[in-house]
Amino acid sequence: MASNEEILAGLAEIVNEETGLAPEAVELDKSFTEDLDIDSISMMTIVVNAEEKFGVRIPDEEVKNLKTVGDAVSFIAGAQA
Amino acid sequence: MTRKVVITGLGATTPIGGDVPTMWNNALKGVSGARTLEDDWVAKYELPVHFAARCSTPALDVLSRVEAKRMDPSTQFGVIAAREAWADSGITDFDKDRLAVAFATGIGGVWTLLDAWDTLKEKGPRRVLPMTVPMLMPNGVAAAVSLDLGARAGAHTPVSACASGTEALHLGLDLIRSGKADVVMCGGAEAAIHPMPLAAFASMQALSRRNDDPQGASRPYDTGRDGFVMGEGAGALVLEAEEHALARGARIYGELAGTSVTADAYHITAPDPAGLGATRALKAAMFDGRIQPEDVVHVNAHATSTPVGDKPEYTALRAALGSHVDNVAVSATKSQMGHLLGASGAVEAVLTVLAVYDRKAPVTINLENQDPEIPLDVVTSARDLPAGNIVALSNSFGFGGHNAVIAVRSV
Repeated sequence: MASNEEILAGLAEIVNEETGLAPEAVELDKSFTEDLDIDSISMMTIVVNAEEKFGVRIPDEEVKNLKTVGDAVSFIAGAQA
Repeated sequence: MTRKVVITGLGATTPIGGDVPTMWNNALKGVSGARTLEDDWVAKYELPVHFAARCSTPALDVLSRVEAKRMDPSTQFGVIAAREAWADSGITDFDKDRLAVAFATGIGGVWTLLDAWDTLKEKGPRRVLPMTVPMLMPNGVAAAVSLDLGARAGAHTPVSACASGTEALHLGLDLIRSGKADVVMCGGAEAAIHPMPLAAFASMQALSRRNDDPQGASRPYDTGRDGFVMGEGAGALVLEAEEHALARGARIYGELAGTSVTADAYHITAPDPAGLGATRALKAAMFDGRIQPEDVVHVNAHATSTPVGDKPEYTALRAALGSHVDNVAVSATKSQMGHLLGASGAVEAVLTVLAVYDRKAPVTINLENQDPEIPLDVVTSARDLPAGNIVALSNSFGFGGHNAVIAVRSV
């Protein structure tokens, strides 16, 4: 089980790998599309990489609800519980 | 009146140089880009061919990691070459609606396709990346170049195997002459040094098996030739309507005077031994450019180093140029960089343009015993080309019976 801080750090690493954004730019209140400029294709890549990293399943219909980094952290934490 | 089309920018990334100045310098010296492959898959799949000619500068030395992630290796090479050509052209202020792309590939995103297939088998469909389709599609390179430059007058991908790169120039010339564009980024890109294409080309006996001497393996016109050497990379040329180039005071390398494309309709892979399709292509390109045989001083030959391929090209050259063929300096640059498949025509076009511009013919290496049935004047050490108005031709032929020829005239 990863803590929320560990999930955030892991997610920031995945976002950095996909987009080149600095990991510290990936903050809980940031919107993936509005603030981080992540398009739908990058978002799906991030989701699939997060599934592998955290050992969870993020259903496709759930992805559209993950508007902010915080939404993703909460979902992953909940799915691990 | 037909619009005159000139060449104002050049770019390349190849086994003998990661940019045009390095490539050209090496092409005049005569070096080989072929090396033994160190990859574990050579032994794992027991490939009969253990060498190839990889790009001398890895794409990741030029592109950022994030940029490269969204491109198949073939597209990475294409974008690198196109950026160099664009910067070289010096174009800064232009109408994006009048800039087109004609960027070819022979095979396309083969690494992406087969990596994704491996991922599907090993990890399941969820792990197949969402960028897979745009990365594997053959128009991926034209699309990426269009996106990179903001080219909006159409992005085209001619596909005709090893004639593709030359056919891109044929299309580019048409786009400008017909008024559909003022500037066209033309080129070709290929990255197929992957175990599957190597196995497939080896299976059809097309590749040299000179495993103990990779640098001596590509030997066009030599009696010891036994197949081509797989290369990779990209070439790019900025074509521009002459009036557009003159208006901005551009440096003009030469005129793309004429082009042509014909089909053999003879055999799916074997060249017509009489070289009839190639002859028609040569004559048509010369007619298109209002060129007499006596104008031609240099030919960059297709000459892949296969036992069956090199001779029909000679037959065609003699048929098209007559006895003047004896006065023409012929270079077989695949001896140095191997066969870049769909990129070869574009890279050889860059070399042909530079030959006309610098008035120097590049070197053919590994010619020790010239095939007596191919009595061409082959350039084996860099040679000066004459002053005055000169024309050089570049030929490309592809599986499927595709023949493409371009003619470059000095300005």
